Amino acid sequence: MSKISLDLRGLLCPLPVIRVQDKIKTLESGDQLEVTCTDPGVMHDIPTWCRINGHSVLSSSRSDYEFVLNLQVGGADRG
Amino acid sequence: MSNKRKAVALISGGLDSLLAAKVIQEQGVHVEGINFFTGFCVEGHTHAIRKKDKAKPKRNNALWVAEQLNMKLHIIDVIDEYKSVLFNPKHGYGANMNPCLDCKVFMVSKAKQWAEENGFDFIITGEVVGQRPMSQRKDTMPVISRESGADDLLMRPLCAKNLPETLPEREGWVNRDELFDFSGRTRKPQMALAEQYGFKDYATPAGGCCFLTDKSYSEKLVDLWKYRGSKEYELDDIMLLKVGRHIRPGGDYKLIVAREEGESRFLQGYKKGFTWLQVMSHGGPLTLVEGKIKEEELPFAASLVARFSQGRDADKVTVKCVRDGEETIFDVKPLPPYEIPEAWYV
Repeated sequence: MSKISLDLRGLLCPLPVIRVQDKIKTLESGDQLEVTCTDPGVMHDIPTWCRINGHSVLSSSRSDYEFVLNLQVGGADRG
Repeated sequence: MSNKRKAVALISGGLDSLLAAKVIQEQGVHVEGINFFTGFCVEGHTHAIRKKDKAKPKRNNALWVAEQLNMKLHIIDVIDEYKSVLFNPKHGYGANMNPCLDCKVFMVSKAKQWAEENGFDFIITGEVVGQRPMSQRKDTMPVISRESGADDLLMRPLCAKNLPETLPEREGWVNRDELFDFSGRTRKPQMALAEQYGFKDYATPAGGCCFLTDKSYSEKLVDLWKYRGSKEYELDDIMLLKVGRHIRPGGDYKLIVAREEGESRFLQGYKKGFTWLQVMSHGGPLTLVEGKIKEEELPFAASLVARFSQGRDADKVTVKCVRDGEETIFDVKPLPPYEIPEAWYV
């Protein structure tokens, strides 16, 4: 299992979702992905995308202008 | 192995594509959604930037639709490919810079390519005959089928009974009797069907889903091309057209003046690549200079920026200007509003 990070600061939705989607295609089931974003929309959009595509949000946190989500890649069919 | 047929649905996030996908799901077809991001999509951007919209719930409507339908959604970045559609649309532009017919041909052709690569059998859209003046007319809908190469693999479930049979209908993958014959601009049949399926809180965007249908945005884009001397753009260019007041006092440069705190914060992320001005003595917006501004034009630009600060009525306002990493401080008198012609506003 690997754990990698993506810096998505400055991108507006849906680009953070697209970057997460494209990165997850390259990962294995169980891998973890930490993403740092500045668009508050990610707190809604990335969890929604994970739910419909079978991945998990392990945790999420926010500071004044930054949002961090820890994701875990789901089963074999990773959309 | 399941022999269930598979359809890919173009999902905009609006009601029609939601219903089209649902109608086909109800026939036992496996449906997945596809959504194309051109850079001009209204979805999410403006309320992500502007503080005044922060109270509104933020959601990506295409994702919301996918969740309602319990289906996967594939969001595809087509920013670069889309330029060829916008630069020279074969079928021309609509009321503004919206190349709707070419755009739909492009998206259906991309969906067809995706379907082939991923083993899907046909393509569905939420188009309704007569609903849109350019891309959803009786005479233009066959153009989309033909020019996209999708031909009879393209099905429009909401108005299928008004159109020739498609391959999925002929092959019995989909029962034509259970499709619809909606037409025209009325939304009542769609709303009734949504009610029947129990869909509530679906998106009803008043101005469409694309910034290119917006007059003000289109004028800014045309201005950008005119002063650059070519129809080129990068994603940052088209994002910045969504933000701030755009004021062009001369041919070679334009000021992008944030209108409120959310926009100022958004523009902060662009400071490295631009000359920028910030009022120091009073509260005021961050301003980026797009284009080539001469050294001797900076004091004037500072006085113009001061006009939009809380020191607009003061005798002296201090403005910091950073250009190529070099900082200059200007003490200026704010420009009075009557010296800012309406024509400067892009």
